Amino acid sequence: MSEGGNSKVEVRDLKKNFGHIEAVRGVTFEVSKGEVLGFLGPNGAGKTTTMRMITGFLPPTSGTALVGGCDVSSDPIGAKEQIGYLPENAPAYGSMTVTNFLKFAGSIRSFTGSELVDRVDQIITKCHLVKVRNQTISTLSKGYRQRTCFAQAILHDPKVLIMDEPTDGLDPNQKFVVREMIKEMASEKVIIVSTHILEEVDAVCTRAIIIANGQVVANGTPDELRASSSSGRLDDVFRKLTLEEDV
Amino acid sequence: MSSNVRNTLTIFRRELKSYFESPVAYVFMVVFLVLIGFLTFSVHHFYERRVADLEPFFFWHPWVYLLLVPAATMGLWAEERRGGTIELLLTMPVTMTQAIVGKFLAAWLFIVMAIALTIPTMVITTCYLGNPDLGVVFCGYVGSVLLAGAYVAVGMLTSSMTRNQVISFVLALTFCFVLLLAGWEPITGYFSRWAPSWLVNTIASLSFTPHYEAIKRGVVDLKDVVYYVSVMVFMIVGTHLVLDNRKSA
Repeated sequence: MSEGGNSKVEVRDLKKNFGHIEAVRGVTFEVSKGEVLGFLGPNGAGKTTTMRMITGFLPPTSGTALVGGCDVSSDPIGAKEQIGYLPENAPAYGSMTVTNFLKFAGSIRSFTGSELVDRVDQIITKCHLVKVRNQTISTLSKGYRQRTCFAQAILHDPKVLIMDEPTDGLDPNQKFVVREMIKEMASEKVIIVSTHILEEVDAVCTRAIIIANGQVVANGTPDELRASSSSGRLDDVFRKLTLEEDV
Repeated sequence: MSSNVRNTLTIFRRELKSYFESPVAYVFMVVFLVLIGFLTFSVHHFYERRVADLEPFFFWHPWVYLLLVPAATMGLWAEERRGGTIELLLTMPVTMTQAIVGKFLAAWLFIVMAIALTIPTMVITTCYLGNPDLGVVFCGYVGSVLLAGAYVAVGMLTSSMTRNQVISFVLALTFCFVLLLAGWEPITGYFSRWAPSWLVNTIASLSFTPHYEAIKRGVVDLKDVVYYVSVMVFMIVGTHLVLDNRKSA
């Protein structure tokens, strides 16, 4: 099953039940290096649950997720080593300073000594955190906090980057910065971004999946999706597909 | 160093540091020292006893821990869950066991640091006033450290059950209180009036108290050490099970 150095995320018939609620009902897709996959869907459609299964936070009820050839269920550490993950709402340890938090993330990712210090310095510069590097995270504004958590996700230069609503709650300038950073990394990584902001799809994604009620209802490039609606607008496509599912 | 040890140590260090990054550590230590000093010297009339031993000091440890250890452990997992950082932690390349053991050791060492701070005052005072049996004093500290470990383990388990620190605190206090009283002589004495003695003894042997009493008297018996280690392992396994089922709740 292993595909060696080939970085790819393969999700096959992934299902998740919480009690008798079927949150994810058989999601299948593949993302390769160089692609930025937009993961769209209304709130509660199962985006976050799917991402949590791919990142190994939640065990799937059935189905598999392969990250660079490693099955998340049978080789979770192997899969997690290749992933950088920005969870929803950008959680971070509030009592730590930005630098210490990133150092912690770095040591978990097996960096030590001067290499660790250099990495953290680089990432602080790259994510525009220099001004706040010695501030405790609980005192940061939402934008800085988001970028701190983002920095944690790309610190180890992962092959796969998974972001759950990375621009949610940011102001337009901050959104722009995050999108630019995603675009910058797009060519050398597998990127999965969940969002319910449709403009984001056009801004950064090479392909989009629309998920509704725990199932994939559309999968294609933004242009392909647009073509499926008479108006040629993404939000019409989105509304049509996700509302149909509600009935 | 194996990745197992390295990851556990990384989590351990972060957790221990987090106590000192907030006022929690300092408030905790001051309250611990003042409380235990007050109980030993004033309530237990340490000087008036005119005996150079630390019995009145160690007598209070289970009761002071009962109040303070749950406060030190209530955030261990509840805070991770409330703030969502648990998702970050458990999607990093660490196993759940590494995370649990790292946190447990950090909280335990934190309490041990507070205990260590009593050495200067208590041991030096007693040595100055008389000729204490330092072997017994040493055993008292060993017993206290093991007892603290058991409290921390219970506190960690209750912390994993909820995202609310107050609930975690109250649950830990209740569990520890039951485990403490089940072997406390006034209670066992009351029950032994009508319950069969094997039942009373079995329940008492599950309690923190008789094992602590035994070590405190100056004998570090293997079976008491095994008891405390078992409690810790049991609670660690329990935490693992709870988190497996409820980490995203």
